[in-house]
Formats: sequence, C-alpha cells, structure tokens
Amino acid sequence: MEELAASKRGTWWQERAPQIREFKFTLYLLRQSPLVVVGFALIGLFIGVALFAPWIAPHGPEERFWQLPQQPPSWEFLFGTDTTGGDIFSRVIWAARLDLAIALTVVMSAIIIGSVLGSVSGFLGRAFDEILMRITDVFLAFPALILAMAVAAALGRNLTNLTIALIVVWWPTYARLIRGQVLAEKEKLYVDAARAVGAGPRRIIFRHVLPNSIFPIIVQATLDLGGVILTAAGLSFIGFGAGAGVAEWGLMIADGRSYLFQSPWIATFPGLAILFSSLGLNLVGDGLRDVLDPRLRR
Amino acid sequence: MRWWADVRLRHYVIRRLLLIIPVLIGVSMMTFTLSHVIGDPVAAYITSQEVRLSEEQLRKIVVAHHLNEPLYVQYFYYISDLLRGDWGISRTDSDRPVTESIQHYFPATAELSMVSMIFALALGIPIGIISAVRKDKPADHVTRVFSLVGVSMPVFWLALLLQYAFYYQLKIHNLPSLPSGGRVDQFVWLDHPLKVITGLYTVDSLITGNFAVFFDVLAHLILPGFALSYVFMAVFVRMMRSSMLEVMRQDYITLARSKGLSERVVIYRHALRNAMIPTVTVAGLAFGGLLAGAVLTETVFSWPGIGRWSTSAIVRDDIASIMGFMLIIAVVYMLANLIVDLLYAWIDPRIRLG
Repeated sequence: MEELAASKRGTWWQERAPQIREFKFTLYLLRQSPLVVVGFALIGLFIGVALFAPWIAPHGPEERFWQLPQQPPSWEFLFGTDTTGGDIFSRVIWAARLDLAIALTVVMSAIIIGSVLGSVSGFLGRAFDEILMRITDVFLAFPALILAMAVAAALGRNLTNLTIALIVVWWPTYARLIRGQVLAEKEKLYVDAARAVGAGPRRIIFRHVLPNSIFPIIVQATLDLGGVILTAAGLSFIGFGAGAGVAEWGLMIADGRSYLFQSPWIATFPGLAILFSSLGLNLVGDGLRDVLDPRLRR
Repeated sequence: MRWWADVRLRHYVIRRLLLIIPVLIGVSMMTFTLSHVIGDPVAAYITSQEVRLSEEQLRKIVVAHHLNEPLYVQYFYYISDLLRGDWGISRTDSDRPVTESIQHYFPATAELSMVSMIFALALGIPIGIISAVRKDKPADHVTRVFSLVGVSMPVFWLALLLQYAFYYQLKIHNLPSLPSGGRVDQFVWLDHPLKVITGLYTVDSLITGNFAVFFDVLAHLILPGFALSYVFMAVFVRMMRSSMLEVMRQDYITLARSKGLSERVVIYRHALRNAMIPTVTVAGLAFGGLLAGAVLTETVFSWPGIGRWSTSAIVRDDIASIMGFMLIIAVVYMLANLIVDLLYAWIDPRIRLG
C-alpha cells in the first residue's frame, strides 16, 4: 500500500498540476482587466517605497528644518514642508513603512486567530460553535472604527495598542468566513476520502480544508488591508495611535488640519498616499473576487 | 396580518428577535469590562465639580452603586442601573446625565446620517444602473473607478478637501460659499429662534414654518452630508450594478425581451424592481457604518453630534460617556440589522427556509 502510493506520487508540481493550471488561468484572467493591472502597479509601488524608504527618502522621518516651516512644494521639498519644517515627501515615504506594517500585522493576526477558531468551530459544531458565533455577534454588533476606538481608549493611546485594537476588531470576520468555508468543505467527498484513509481532524483542516478555502481568504484579506489602512488612519487622525511628530499618514493629516487654509499641502499629500494605497488594494481585491466567482466568469 | 400565519416566517422572526438578547448581554458585558479596564468605574458617577472628594463621599458613591461587591454582583447592578436609565454622568457635557447627553446629541447625528443616506441612494442607484446597462463600456469603467475611489477614500480627508474647496476657495474669491462647520449660523438662529421639537432641525424648522433657519440648516448639511455619503454611494453603486447584472440574466428578462418590449421597459419595469431588493438591504446595513463615519466627519465639521461628543469624551477619559456611546451605537446598529433581516425574510421567501 505504502509502495503503491509512493510510486504514484510524482514531483511536487506534477502532483499539483491542476492547481497550478487554475492559478495560471486566474492570473491570465486578471491581466485582462486594466483596472486590476493598475491596482497591482499601485500595490507594487507602495511596497517598493516601504521597503526601500531609507534609499528613496531624501531626509529622515524625524529630520526638521526648523527655519523652513510651511514651505510650499518646490524642487527642494517636493511635497513642501510641515509646521515644524519636516520634509513631507520624506515623511510620506517613511509613513508607508509604518502604515503598511500595521495593516499587514493586523490582517495576518486576524487570519491566524480566525483560522484556528473558525475551523475548530466549524469542525466541532455544537456548543463550541454556538458560543463562538454568539461572541462574534457581539463583536460585529459595533461598527469597526467605534469598537477599535473603545478598545484603544481602554488600553491607552499608542501605536501598539492601536494595532491590538484593530486585531480585536478584525478577527471575528475571519472566524466567520473560515467557519463557513469549513462547513461547506466538510460535506465534500474528498474530506470523506481523507477521513476514510485515517486522517485526523487537525490534518483534514490544515492539509485539506484550509488550502481549498484559500481564495476567499485572499480576497477578503486584500480588501481588508485597504480597510485597515483607512481605519488606522482615521483613528490616528482623531488622536489615537502615534504620538506627536511620528511619520504616520493619519497623524500628518491631523497636523495639517489646523493650517488647512494657509498650507493645504500638509494635509493633501498624506491623504493621497492613503487614498492610492487603499485604492490599489481595492482594485486588486475587487478584480480577484470577480475572477474567482464562477458566476461572473462567463 | 396574513404573513403571521406562515409558520416558517413566524419561527424565523421569533428566533431572530431572541438572538438579540445574547448579543445585548454580550454588548453590556463588553462595556462593563471596558469600564473596569479604562480606570476606576466609580469615575462614571463623579461630576467634574466633585474632583476633590473626601474619603467619606467617595465611599458613599461606591456603596450607592455597589462597586465594593464582587464583579458579578457589580455587573448585575450595572444592568439594573442601565435599565432604570442611570447611565452615569457625562463630565464632557457639563455633568449632564449620559442619557440626557445622548438625547441632546443623537438627533444631530441622525439628521446628518439620514441626509447622507439620501445623497448616497439618490446618486448611487442611478449610477449603478448605468454601469450595469453599459457593462464593459467606458461609462461602466468610469463608474467602477468612481465607486472604488469612494471605498478607498479616507472620509476625514475628503471632508478637509471639501472645506478647502467649497468654503475657503469660494470665500476668498468672493463667491457664495458653503459653511465650513456647525449645524446652523448663530446669527440666523438669533434672528429667527427655532423651537426645537424633534431635534432634527430641518424637520423642526419646517413644522414651525421657520424658513430662514431651514435653508441655513440645509446649507450646513451639504458638505458633511456629501463627505459622509461618498463611501456609501460607492457601496450602493457596486451592489446595484452586480444585482442588476444578476437579474438581467434571468429567464423572465429574456421572456420580456422576446415579447418585444422595449429595452427601456425591460430595464425599468422588470429588472429594476427585483434588483432593488439587495440594494435596499445593504442600505440598512450601511447605516451602522454611517454612524462610524459620522465620528470622523463630525470631528472635521464641528458637528455637535454623538460622534464628536464621544471623541472628546475619550480624550478626557470620561468613562460614562464612552460606555453610553458604545451602547447606543450597538443598539442602533443592531436594530438596523434586525429590520433589514426581517424585511428581507418578508420580501424573499427563500430566506425563511434556511
């Protein structure tokens, strides 16, 4: 039996040929949509900027030209300077690092917590499932921003707590999504087959069910990354999150707000950064959803 | 009440109503926990004048609200206080009871949210229809970009841009400009005092025939209303587009076409009505998000609603106001969801089978 299985098993890519073909087809479909291509370009731009910030940014995030506050955009300061003489162009670049890192941390943590709780819930069912679902009901009974506000207020206003607050807000979405996936996949024939050859529940969840649910999770995660960037910026705009002077998009807009009429560029450029990073993610997420939805493939 | 005779629908309604109870209990547990995490819960019952309390006075308050007892007993008294309408004292709002503050600030937020909802529906639905009817044509691409930009737009930043363009730029060019914040101009208010009945100034001014205030209030609503509505307009455009496309594939649309009906009649008489159902339900769900967006919009436009009240409460660690705000938002959000679910079950019989 063992030998038979071994002889039938090809190399890794041969074994997964159908999945690879499916993936290539998906990529092909994605390339057909100019909007998705623009989205990928925007995401690539922001990731590049975040990764190479020290080389791209002409000045440090906390560097100040005290004698040159509120300078309009010029060749020296591409996006102008803020109220304390910080170079806005450099600060927007450094902030990309911070904001993308927050968004990634939040969504990854939410996926991990959600996968564990959601798949256990979907697999065990019964009391555990009912209790977990009622708990997610409570979390989802608040709009995201407002729950995050309250949690951040309870923990204390700083960046770490802001991130924790956002994780607290976002995990129920994934717990429910993955529970739904598990419930749907659990009934399928291949799970029966896996169980028949003696696979335990943990193996079935992690080796069979989760890999088959990966696409809906990716779509949700792409769209949520944009949502987290917006929510984090909104929270830091009203005074949660980073302390004064830190290069963070929402906070930079809050600083520019008091001088909106004299120096509109202070608030404008960080806002554009939020808009375009979030737009890139939404374009790709939206395109992915269309491509992966068989009803819309026609 | 013929629908009540339908056993499945009746069961669904009862189950849906009963599900509110555990959520309400959970929500109250959450605010209760938060009040213990933020600081000493006794702070909820102390006014800002009483900051220098003697030990004796403090003990009186602690005993009066049972804060010296075990946690589960405290929770019990917390619930009974809530039910009696004692939600603590809002230090942010000059030591008024929290329930009074909510009554005072909520209508402003409700008015802003409703105006935004009207903007969003009035613009979003037609744009969504155009996008679906002209699928994959330039008009479709433009509306898709327009709606995706809306979803990606930081609402507070859009609010600032609108202020800059329609208040500041118009003003410095001596053109008629829109107000940059507040609900009503003080001078208009002084000349034409408004008798507040519902707290919704547009309604109150119309009832009392106070047109000077009515038009001023409308002018104040335009910018914050539009800023808040853009995100939701985008949601409606997407929803309307996809449900319209879904409906257009149905057999009865092909039948209507094959009967020789004009495309206009097919779209507006047959497709639109069915495509509206999911959009209307999304409108209900969006109401909660609208309340959240209102927090940011109110901050930028100095709009005297519960959103601005709550942000100033958080800055001052005003526990009672924060909890009151959380509770009221959760209740409103939950009621909106409930109404949507019930409407949906009533409209679409397939839901009841689930």
